Amino acid sequence: MNGIHDMGGMQDMGPIQYERNEPVFHAPWESRVFAMFIAAGAWRKWNLDAFRHTREMLPPADYLLVSYYEQWHSCLRDLLLRRGLVSAAEMASGVPAPGAPKATPPLTADRIPAALPNRIHAHRDISVSPRFQVGERVRARNINPTGHTRLPRYARGKVGTVCLDHGVYVFPDTNAHFLGENPQHVYSVRFAARELWGQQAAPQDSVYVDMWDDYLEPA
Amino acid sequence: MTANPADRQEHHHHEHQSVPSDPTLRVKALESLLVEKGLVDRNALDALVDTYENKIGPRNGARVVARAWVDAAYKARLLADATSAIAELGYSSKQGDRMLVVENTPKVHNVIVCTLCSCYPWPVLGLPPVWYKSAPYRSRVVIDPRGVLGEFGLELAEDVEVRVWDSTAELRYLVLPERPAGTERLNEEQLAALVTRDAMVGVARVAPPEAAGKP
Repeated sequence: MNGIHDMGGMQDMGPIQYERNEPVFHAPWESRVFAMFIAAGAWRKWNLDAFRHTREMLPPADYLLVSYYEQWHSCLRDLLLRRGLVSAAEMASGVPAPGAPKATPPLTADRIPAALPNRIHAHRDISVSPRFQVGERVRARNINPTGHTRLPRYARGKVGTVCLDHGVYVFPDTNAHFLGENPQHVYSVRFAARELWGQQAAPQDSVYVDMWDDYLEPA
Repeated sequence: MTANPADRQEHHHHEHQSVPSDPTLRVKALESLLVEKGLVDRNALDALVDTYENKIGPRNGARVVARAWVDAAYKARLLADATSAIAELGYSSKQGDRMLVVENTPKVHNVIVCTLCSCYPWPVLGLPPVWYKSAPYRSRVVIDPRGVLGEFGLELAEDVEVRVWDSTAELRYLVLPERPAGTERLNEEQLAALVTRDAMVGVARVAPPEAAGKP
């Protein structure tokens, strides 16, 4: 989706707002939203791609104005409802439906150290043929899907070089919509800054973008 | 791909109440509901907060960097297979999420961004600062890295090659900064104390210690 989240290359967003000695969380409620998100995610009723897409669907003005963890809060509520963990009546009343059985949380404190290192869980240790080889010239496809994609607009149609093959990963464009993992190779593709931005960029500079097989065609 | 109509319906913008009147109260209510339903464990929530406030943060990454500075074999492993090398120090798992370390040199400067959301190497840096997740940095660092780095106080010589890494997939990047001059006498722990989060994102250099060279 060509949304506000896909902002690489925009220039009118103002100066970097740097906070010295920034705390991890700016209010206790932020830390609770964060923790609830991780803990509820352990039900695996959604995936990271679905979460990202949920955030991308925020109205553009809100996306820019609303604080990060308020966005997470909104997305968490949205996903809990859409994926059936909480009913609309429960969300409105704040109490479980009468007679609803109490579940057993999948993530307990003792399981956290083992769970966190594999939180993203998108790599797939399976054999899939790569469509491209390291060193090959490739063009990022000019696609404009209305669903989720991780192919940023600034790279579409541009020519780069495959620098690394990262192995096989689930494909966000289908996974975000619960339409299957469609695992495929992901590559680091080097785009010369001048290919992306023209002559104003320094000739030796570059941007490396991680690209799934389905985002690329031979150049 | 195109989202199916039902999906669009579900996602309709009006479903989102993204401007809560009082986040503290609403978040508390949500937590009570999820705990009562048995969807989350309150002790797990406390432990998650404690983990990212006190245990997992840039000190982890700093130890990785310091080890690479003092141990050439470790550095080689780190650049070849960061996931395993970081797991050696106990900050991730060999079978876990994948990491990539990119090395700064006098001629190459690396900087990390996630233009599409907020991807960040949690196991070694913890949770990202607000500026990293915000529009000014995400939008501009890919098109004008030198200008953005200048805003951080980092001026690069014209002949330096800038490499911006946009974390669009599930690889997580860490910059291995240059070891500053005048640190030959420092041990690994003292070196780690010099390494900042910003240097490992690539928006700063590691400053030499004030006391460098003193016995």
